[in-house]
Amino acid sequence: MNVIELAWWQLALAALLVIALAACTFLARLGVGKSLLIAATRTAIQLTLVGLVLEALFSVGSLHWVALMGIGMLLLAGREVVARQKYTLRGGWSFGIGTLSMFISAFAVTVLTLVAVISPSPWYTPQYAIPLLGMLLGNTMTGVALSLDRLTESAQRSRAVIENRLMLGETAQQALSEFRRDAMRAGLTPIINAMAAAGIVSLPGMMTGQILAGTAPALAVKYQILIMFTIAAGTGFGTFVAVAVCARRLFDGRERLRLDRLRGSS
Amino acid sequence: MATLALKNLAIGDLKNIDLHVKPGEIVCLSGTSGSGKSRLLRAIADLDLHTGNVQLGDTHQNDVPGNRWRSAVMLVPAESAWWHDTVGEHFSERVDETLQQLGLEADAFSWPVARLSSGEKQRLALARALSRKPAALLLDEPTANLDKDSTERVERWLLDIIRQQQLPTLWVAHHEDQIARVADRHFHIVDSGIEQQELTQ
Repeated sequence: MNVIELAWWQLALAALLVIALAACTFLARLGVGKSLLIAATRTAIQLTLVGLVLEALFSVGSLHWVALMGIGMLLLAGREVVARQKYTLRGGWSFGIGTLSMFISAFAVTVLTLVAVISPSPWYTPQYAIPLLGMLLGNTMTGVALSLDRLTESAQRSRAVIENRLMLGETAQQALSEFRRDAMRAGLTPIINAMAAAGIVSLPGMMTGQILAGTAPALAVKYQILIMFTIAAGTGFGTFVAVAVCARRLFDGRERLRLDRLRGSS
Repeated sequence: MATLALKNLAIGDLKNIDLHVKPGEIVCLSGTSGSGKSRLLRAIADLDLHTGNVQLGDTHQNDVPGNRWRSAVMLVPAESAWWHDTVGEHFSERVDETLQQLGLEADAFSWPVARLSSGEKQRLALARALSRKPAALLLDEPTANLDKDSTERVERWLLDIIRQQQLPTLWVAHHEDQIARVADRHFHIVDSGIEQQELTQ
């Protein structure tokens, strides 16, 4: 099957739609026109650059370049996890926890999927490895970030409850148990909803993209199911690790609640 | 039967606090608000960072895990924030007698906690804490939300248990007449330390 070639002037037509929208919001004084245009420009520039990088990477195809790209993506994802948290752990712990969780939720799961499931030859073939890693990073990031945000915020807000339980002789993890459960649920709800609604409410983006690019729907569907499962597993394990390490860090060796280790974002 | 001993304890503005509370003894602690009474109790329960030495009998605070220390040296805060749904869920066995002694009705065991008044909740918090069989007590204004009748009833109940189980007890209190009724010794927080006061009989 042939894919219809997209020319730059055709993209410019789509850009006109965004510009028209920006003009409308400007006329209606909604105050989002500027950030809309900036975001649209960023999308165009960032994706074009990534396209160039990917073209280069695909033509080289060596393991160390693929690994370097993967690690770069991982560190950026670790930073993104922390970026919009209401409270973060001091001393770089939040970044550490974010990166560790993303390593488990996306990096490890990607390698596993490449080696055990898709098995391209060689296993690190960038055409499979990079998009897969990107999908997993982007999607599991939300779950990990949501769970961390929920956990630190409930610790901050429910200090009296947690300390009351400590006073009665409970261990730190007992005292925090209900908030750990809440945090896990917050992290996993989006992917559970996405899996439940897939195909009924929405056509997932990757599948749609593959079909547009000429893949037979039946095959695109298989890839989409694979992706959904790996995202769910990755989000689950990543969230689990993030919540466990963060919960531990909220208490010290004497099982005191240490809210002084949290810093509120300004 | 162990003595609760503070040596050179420092937390916040308070420095060099030395105090021995003997088994079954009630030491009342008073001070203006913000003087650090509650923080002192929190330090003894090992809920906040502090320096100095706290021990119960031969056991130092750091000899046992935090949760074991706190189940022995039980702090009952002025207001409890954590509750199960019903009164009964706080106890591992029926405690009708205890509830009655505290002036709660006999069928209170099945009541939802949300239905209790603040004074009833305070009594429930005390009953819950004592049902865990602590070896020492830290009471932060245990009768603050109670009327006169309930106050005296709760005082009698606490005195009975403290004497009978020989619990060393630090009791933060505001009212002179309560201190006169329950205290074996009385200390007042002055500047950064504690100063012993005459007991009025």
